[in-house]
Amino acid sequence: MPETGEKAAGLKMAEIAFLLNGTPVRVSGDAPTRTLLDFLREIKGLSGTKEGCNEGDCGACTVMVTDESGAARALNSCILFLPQLQGKAVRTVEGLSGPKGEMHPVQSAMVDHHGSQCGFCTPGFCVSMAVGHLDGRSDHDTVLAGNLCRCTGYAPIIRAAKAAETAAVPDWMATDAVQLKAQAQSDGAGMGALDAFATWYEANPDATLIAGATDVGLWVTKQLRDLPKPTFLGAIAGLNQIERHGDMLRFGAGVTIEALRSAIAPLHPSFAEMLRRFASLQVRNAATIGGNIANGSPIGDAPPALIALGATLHLRKGATRRDMALEDFFLEYRKQDRLPGEFVEAVSLPISAPAMRVYKLSKRFDQDISAVCAGFNVSVSGGVATTARLAFGGMAGVPKRAAATEAALIGKPWNLETLAAAKDALAQDFTPLTDMRASAAYRLVAAQNMLTRYFHDLAGHTVSVLEVTP
Amino acid sequence: MSMGKSLAHDSAPLHVTGQARYADDVPLPAGALHLAFGLSTCAHGVIARTDLTAVRAAPGVVAVYSAEDWPEMPDCSPSVHDEPLLAVGRVHYVGQPVFLVVAESHLAARKAARLGQITYDPLPPILTVTDALAANSRFEQGPVIWQKGDATGAISRAAHVLEGSFEVGGQEHFYLEGQIALALPGDDGGVSIISSTQHPTEIQHKVAHALHLPMSAVRVETRRMGGGFGGKESQGNALAIACALAARATGKPCKMRYDRDDDMMITGKRHDLRINYRVGHDAEGRILGIEFTHLLRCGWSQDLSLPVADRAMLHADNCYHLPDIRIQSHRLRTNTQSATAYRGFGGPQGIVGMERVIDHVAHAVGREALDVRILNFYRSNGEGGPGTAKRFGEPHSPGNSQPQTTPFHMEVEDFIGHELVAELEKSSNYRGRKADIAAWNSTNAILKRGIALVPVKFGISFTLTWLNQAGALVHVYQDGSVMLNHGGTEMGQGLNQKVAQVVAGVFGLEADAVKITATDTAKVPNTSATAASSGSDLNGMAARAAAETIRARMAGFIADKHGVPVSSVRFEAGQVKVAGEHYGFAQVAAWAYQARISLSSTGYYATPKITWDRMAGRGRPFLYFAYGAAVTEVVIDTLTGENRILRVDILHDTGSSLNPALDIGQVEGAYVQGAGWLTTEELVWNDKGHLTTHAPSTYKIPACSDRPPVFNVALWGKPNREDTVGKSKAVGEPPFNLGISALLALSDAIAACGDRADYVALDAPATAERVLMAVRKQQGHV
Repeated sequence: MPETGEKAAGLKMAEIAFLLNGTPVRVSGDAPTRTLLDFLREIKGLSGTKEGCNEGDCGACTVMVTDESGAARALNSCILFLPQLQGKAVRTVEGLSGPKGEMHPVQSAMVDHHGSQCGFCTPGFCVSMAVGHLDGRSDHDTVLAGNLCRCTGYAPIIRAAKAAETAAVPDWMATDAVQLKAQAQSDGAGMGALDAFATWYEANPDATLIAGATDVGLWVTKQLRDLPKPTFLGAIAGLNQIERHGDMLRFGAGVTIEALRSAIAPLHPSFAEMLRRFASLQVRNAATIGGNIANGSPIGDAPPALIALGATLHLRKGATRRDMALEDFFLEYRKQDRLPGEFVEAVSLPISAPAMRVYKLSKRFDQDISAVCAGFNVSVSGGVATTARLAFGGMAGVPKRAAATEAALIGKPWNLETLAAAKDALAQDFTPLTDMRASAAYRLVAAQNMLTRYFHDLAGHTVSVLEVTP
Repeated sequence: MSMGKSLAHDSAPLHVTGQARYADDVPLPAGALHLAFGLSTCAHGVIARTDLTAVRAAPGVVAVYSAEDWPEMPDCSPSVHDEPLLAVGRVHYVGQPVFLVVAESHLAARKAARLGQITYDPLPPILTVTDALAANSRFEQGPVIWQKGDATGAISRAAHVLEGSFEVGGQEHFYLEGQIALALPGDDGGVSIISSTQHPTEIQHKVAHALHLPMSAVRVETRRMGGGFGGKESQGNALAIACALAARATGKPCKMRYDRDDDMMITGKRHDLRINYRVGHDAEGRILGIEFTHLLRCGWSQDLSLPVADRAMLHADNCYHLPDIRIQSHRLRTNTQSATAYRGFGGPQGIVGMERVIDHVAHAVGREALDVRILNFYRSNGEGGPGTAKRFGEPHSPGNSQPQTTPFHMEVEDFIGHELVAELEKSSNYRGRKADIAAWNSTNAILKRGIALVPVKFGISFTLTWLNQAGALVHVYQDGSVMLNHGGTEMGQGLNQKVAQVVAGVFGLEADAVKITATDTAKVPNTSATAASSGSDLNGMAARAAAETIRARMAGFIADKHGVPVSSVRFEAGQVKVAGEHYGFAQVAAWAYQARISLSSTGYYATPKITWDRMAGRGRPFLYFAYGAAVTEVVIDTLTGENRILRVDILHDTGSSLNPALDIGQVEGAYVQGAGWLTTEELVWNDKGHLTTHAPSTYKIPACSDRPPVFNVALWGKPNREDTVGKSKAVGEPPFNLGISALLALSDAIAACGDRADYVALDAPATAERVLMAVRKQQGHV
């Protein structure tokens, strides 16, 4: 009964309904991979939202999306498919201004502080700033990391963001959440059921599973692929849970990277700091932990950290579940230990790992793909390394543990001499590639040097240029 | 007076609300068609077979064209006839348009463009400077050589000689709005084009040529661009021509917009180059003789490479008097995108070479680089005041006040480097911080800081002398409202606002009383590209002339009416003051209209004083120089090469600014873009000639957190000695060069990692990888 299952899982939509700048819209679900950006510009004539890159890297297309819980997020509309908006509220740059055309405080601050020059990135900046403003944020560099500007050098934009901090949130910015709540009560809108989805997917293993669409979006916008059975997972409540089980935290596959970051920040600050540099806020707001793992990319940023933590992956096929150490999931380049019809249901990680550190190396600090990303987790007892979990991304065809390096550490005194030997072992563990992000030689040397950084980091020394103040 | 006010960009309220309309936002007439190019996947080869069957059969496709369909292939080049719209017979780079798809939607056109089956007989591609030199693959017969004095002799007589080689990468413009054009066929065989271009007249010229129309039958309009940076000086030609041809063939409006990846694969970028140098100097670091060799990769077609390479030579001196110099410039033809105009137009490449030399010489003589800079500065002349010649020794400050000359024999009459650098040195506490940094570095093993001060001198005027002209059109309507049109284009720099401020000033009105309109070849003809930082200088003067003509007519009329001399009439604060009476400007406009006085005028300006003999490398190509200086402090991680700018202090010369807020915006933005060029912005081609960094996922322009957390920018504020509009100076390009201080600050930090025996010799862009490898060299690992 696949159809029933599909419906029960909330996967099939004859019609997609959402609020657009406060007005209900209904669109046919026939073109499930139509992006919100195209819909806004080509169908609704809302041309304020711009296409800069069509791949979620420049932020010119940023919109604000409020969900049923009332939480607002900035998202890239160029890689956001219409079915992902079911039951949500979208606010574009046109919707930031008040009903009488009065400017939002971030808009007037951008004018007052000369925050726009060519103006093409400006709508995206204004939307990101308005969401940050709504949430009372003052970490503007992080809020705006996903918005590129080529004209201003950002200084006046940050001056504007700071100036707007103290302004009250305009009344009209709160209406989406209120309207959604009222609607949810009257609709009795139900969430999709995980069990029904599992049954359906087992029978439809050729379906394309789409959670945040931050990668799949590019299959459509850049590779121009037609996706078989695009299947949207966002409505499956059972995939979005964060639960504590003893000493472990279990994250449903649909938990966004930003929600993961927020949940682990008090537990694993170094991991959280790396995740702050994971793509951009717009991408983290959409991308899911399940997607980052299931995708199997050798340069996904979460797996090295999760492997170093000793995370357990929970897979499910129909009613059958199996667990495995995350590192065992990645078999070879773009090949994972996942059966047809099987999906990533969750990942669990320990709540405590005080020696856990994560280092991300990329050409640019923010919104960049790693050349090398590494997770280090070594227990030292009585001056001797007792356990070691070291995992690297960008060094092989898969995210991978450094087995020889770990062996070179365990049972050895924790000092720089041991690390020198471990560096030699690292060269046995990995034969990295040269690409446009980094040369093989650089990847290896930098990865080796990260061991030195880790040693100094654990000793409490300042090891990152990001910690240096002018 | 509206001039000199820090008014917001005229379109700012439209930008922030999403109302500002760009080319892609113009509502399309029904039935409009969309275009996409099919691109070459081969860097160099003969097209053996073109099979477009699948393209034609794809959903939504209306027409497909290749060289086989157009025996007479239109040309897109802004210089010589060497850029066929679609490849004819051969392909010359990966990304070259080979066929054109016309379809019912943008997406349908893009999808169909992937379906072409083109077979190539590959030829060996020429990809690098080394390849091109070996194959003698170049534009012009041989290198261009300019010289002054006897460089070889001076070097051979010098007590110290050093030489080096320096690789400098290119740069993608990354305008946020990609290339786009829209063609609307007219009912009379003509065509109207809406284009995101810095050069509407060039679009008009190329479209007219392609369609065999007189220029009068082609109208081009540009309201605003979403960024240009030189990338829309010639690179929009292909789209406009394609749209015009398709519009003629189909009778439908046709639009073409490059997807970002296509944009980066197809269009030209900043010229990368290798700079070889040989320098003779004395023990103090005084440069006695110097030889530069510029080896520029120009790509597959000539485009604007010759004037770009010229401008690199024209800036090889930067702020330094080089009595004996020889510059050799090779313009190499390679099987890559055709390198094109990019903010600075070769100037930054010339300047970064000279700053590298100064840094190298300072290392060789073991002196503070700033002292070596000042030692070699041009002499101040004539103006007196602090920092004038007396403080500085021979041979740079001989007793006379005769201006020194550049390598191209132009007298440097306006050098303010001494005074400007002295003030910046003080305001930034450069020397104090240099000492603090040394102390900090001695206690930090892993992280090291560095600092550098770099001055800039940048020549203002087009080097192609006849481009230094502009026109404007001003109307005063009978209700007193004012309409302004001029030949410059708005790409974010605030040109329209500045020119409006000039015009408003003439009439004694506020700037917002002047209506700004789209650049339109039907209103002002024969315009030059908005380029070379010339926008305000040229168009401001032309618009001022137009407004003054109208004001003179209004003044003459009202003076007559009151029987007073014309010279007694004042236009101030929205009023016309005459014979003790104050009339509203609108009132006088209405009376003048009724009295049959023309209230419309064109205005025209041609830059005075300039002469230039390009072949001889002699003359006065520039009306004046703009100056500036920056101090950048950085920190590097010696384990990974990661690095960050911590603080920047800038003092920049924009003369008497027409609008300080807009000028500071240009300086801040230019600095960050310049620093990006030399740090994170790395273009990578693989060994097949395929650009592998063709999207923002792989090509990294500075992000928000890359801006300097402490960013002090001040304007020098003294009037231009030349008679420019409001005594202002051009600002678009000069401050781009201030980013060079970031590269040299990194070099300074790297030098702190070793015993300073070897010069750091850091190439650009100084990515984390390059920095780490340079650190390891200093540490003796390599």
